[in-house]
Amino acid sequence: MFSYSVRRLLGAIPTLLILITIAFFMMRAAPGGPFDSEKSLPPEIQANLDRMYHLDEPLTKQYLRYLGNVLKGDLGPSFQYKDWSVNELILRGLPVSLRIGLSAMVLALLLGVLAGTLAALRQNTPIDYSVMSVSMTGISIPTFVMAPLLILVFAVYLGWLPAGGWGGGALRNLILPVIVLALPKIAYIARLTRGSMIEVLRSNYIRTARAKGLPERTVILRHALKPALLPVVSYIGPSTAALLAGSLVVEQIFGLPGIGRYFIQGALNRDYTLVMGVVIFYGSFIIMLNFLVDLLYAWLDPKVKY
Amino acid sequence: MNSISSKRAWLVLVLVAVLSLTACAEGERQQPRSATAQTTLYRGSGLEPETLDPHRARSVETFHILRDLYEGLIAEGPGGELGPGIATHWQVSDDGLTWTFTLRPDARWSNGDALTAVDVAWSLQRAVHPDTGSYYAQMLSIIADIEVVDDTTLVLRLTGPTPYLLGLLAQPVAFPVHRASVETHSERFTRPGNNVSNGAYQITDWVTQSHIHLDRNPHYWNDTETGIDSVVYMPIEAESTELARYRAGDLHMTRTIPNPQYEWLKRNLPGELHVTPYLSTYFYGLNLGRPPFADNPALRQALSMAIDREIIAGQVTGAGEVPAYSWVPPGINNYTPQRVEWADWPKEQREAEARRLYAQAGYSATNPLQVEIRYNTAESHRRIAVAIASMWRETLGVQATLLNEEWQVFLQNRVSGNLQVYRSGWVGDYNDANTFAEAMLHNHGLNDMGWHNEAYERLVLTAGRTNDAARRRALLEQAERLMLSEHPMIPIYYYVSKSLVKPEVGGFQPNVMNVHPTRHLWFKH
Repeated sequence: MFSYSVRRLLGAIPTLLILITIAFFMMRAAPGGPFDSEKSLPPEIQANLDRMYHLDEPLTKQYLRYLGNVLKGDLGPSFQYKDWSVNELILRGLPVSLRIGLSAMVLALLLGVLAGTLAALRQNTPIDYSVMSVSMTGISIPTFVMAPLLILVFAVYLGWLPAGGWGGGALRNLILPVIVLALPKIAYIARLTRGSMIEVLRSNYIRTARAKGLPERTVILRHALKPALLPVVSYIGPSTAALLAGSLVVEQIFGLPGIGRYFIQGALNRDYTLVMGVVIFYGSFIIMLNFLVDLLYAWLDPKVKY
Repeated sequence: MNSISSKRAWLVLVLVAVLSLTACAEGERQQPRSATAQTTLYRGSGLEPETLDPHRARSVETFHILRDLYEGLIAEGPGGELGPGIATHWQVSDDGLTWTFTLRPDARWSNGDALTAVDVAWSLQRAVHPDTGSYYAQMLSIIADIEVVDDTTLVLRLTGPTPYLLGLLAQPVAFPVHRASVETHSERFTRPGNNVSNGAYQITDWVTQSHIHLDRNPHYWNDTETGIDSVVYMPIEAESTELARYRAGDLHMTRTIPNPQYEWLKRNLPGELHVTPYLSTYFYGLNLGRPPFADNPALRQALSMAIDREIIAGQVTGAGEVPAYSWVPPGINNYTPQRVEWADWPKEQREAEARRLYAQAGYSATNPLQVEIRYNTAESHRRIAVAIASMWRETLGVQATLLNEEWQVFLQNRVSGNLQVYRSGWVGDYNDANTFAEAMLHNHGLNDMGWHNEAYERLVLTAGRTNDAARRRALLEQAERLMLSEHPMIPIYYYVSKSLVKPEVGGFQPNVMNVHPTRHLWFKH
């Protein structure tokens, strides 16, 4: 297990390097630059800005300079948000994205596994049908429809919750975005759990457990749930990474100061350093979470050995 | 796993859920609702500011915040009119080249330091210094020399008489910045704690993408007249979100409104919706560097005449925009926009003439013009392009295709001339026709049409050297007529500024510059 972990972590280094390299050159290949606007700048000012941000140097030199800075932990100044460094922007946005993403994931796991298990145990009953049709709706209504709908009902008409904003992380500000983020995940997890639970319940060892006369509760919780969760676990790795790295749509609609918004805005503004910073952060996150999921697998499934 | 450890796992999950939902980030401000905070004004500000350095800022949205934080020699009144700022009065020499400003002796920075002519001079020099990298440095290029006579007297010598100088000096690029803070904190001088400003407000909190909190500056010379204690700017990009938050009571003022909601708002919030002419023109540029538009003014005019602007402004944009038949929008001081002569023709006559010119340019039903309209990706631009393409098709038989591009790609193609017809727009920087006239000079950053007319350049440059207001006006009007007669671009509509203001906010005066400094606003009760 230990040598496996070390190998995995070492393997992450070339992966990240390739990621940085591809992202760096793709970003630079995109037409336009960070200082373009409808009224083009006078050439001398453009030249000056380029010099200040080292954009006048050959691309390979810029790349090596960037790699050197990343090794020192410096992601550089943001080109668009000139008063801030990329490190600051990510560090300030991270707690917000983490908080929202983690809450949404936990909520999705709790409700999704519960609903999925219920549906599997009451297969082909009204409970099953309603869980499955509600979850179908959850999957198919996109976030950008659900969010304004909930805002309209709970903020504008009922006035129970704020229509957006972070409010210093107050609970009332979190409720709507967390629900919107969690809904499609709940639905997905419920369907995954139901499917694999039904399969597990048909397996021989469950029949054995029942034949031994174990109470149904013990059969489900002790013998069926763990293997039934395997597909869910492989799903939560990447999807947690996606949630924690921020959701552009939810952050935008609710006006939350997370890092998800920087991704798209940075790309549109050709904010090279900001995009790179988010890519590196996101990439490391996915690598780490996938690694954790693999470790979790070994714990859940005795057949998996490293 | 036995059932106990599985229970424990669930317990941990529940705990994490509860903790992550309830743990409250320390030190951050709760955001009060409008009903409980009558001395704090909440304003939607669109975009996260690119910087709060007045010399490097470039967006209109950021300028609103900067007008609360800083004040130039000249400042805007409640209706956008220019008046005393740091300067109490000024004198102009007879040739219009030397301006002497007398500064108020009680001008102070927010830390209590005295603000003198030396500060203003240093700031103007910083703004134009190449290392500052200002987008608007060019606007100050008419200043040839700055002389500090004493602490309260500043003399500006200009390269030409500039009747709109006061308008320039009210712009953020001409605001003073506090030298000691800039030198100590370099680009971080804009942050709360570091920043020292001279306007009615000072910055006390800035959470990127969330809010910028300003509090009253007790050292501001006119602090006793400041009616609102604090103002919070919230960068909310999505117009529909801004509207939802306004309706939920989180905002007192919005930056804009979503166009599709215009009719609904007019019916349901009539006293709160303000739609005002704005110094800005939406137009289509024609690439004169290649066929079919090079050396073909008849074709350019035919395309312009075939567009029914009343339909575009009335039904396609549909939020109070005004059809444009001139380049310079109405509302500019000391100027009459020069409308094309066919502006008031009946539709049939206009279209008949368009068809005649189209034929004269060598096109017909069997040999139709094939042209591409390029625009940056946005639903509003797409709708306009669809309407124009169909007007061209129905009136002239033109086969137009549409192509949308992401903003930066679009800009790149405009500059390199790699397109035919493209959408564009221009917002006047100050209230004088010159801000529009100079945009059509061949070396101006907006002129991607490649239009270059010596007579036009002479007229605009001569106007820049003319001190006689009437003559200067005549020259600029003549220049606009000349430009329009060549049809390098097609004016389509004049923008309007649109915003919602809660009824309890007093002092909001709509104006063509769309400036509404918070110090002129108050709460009615």
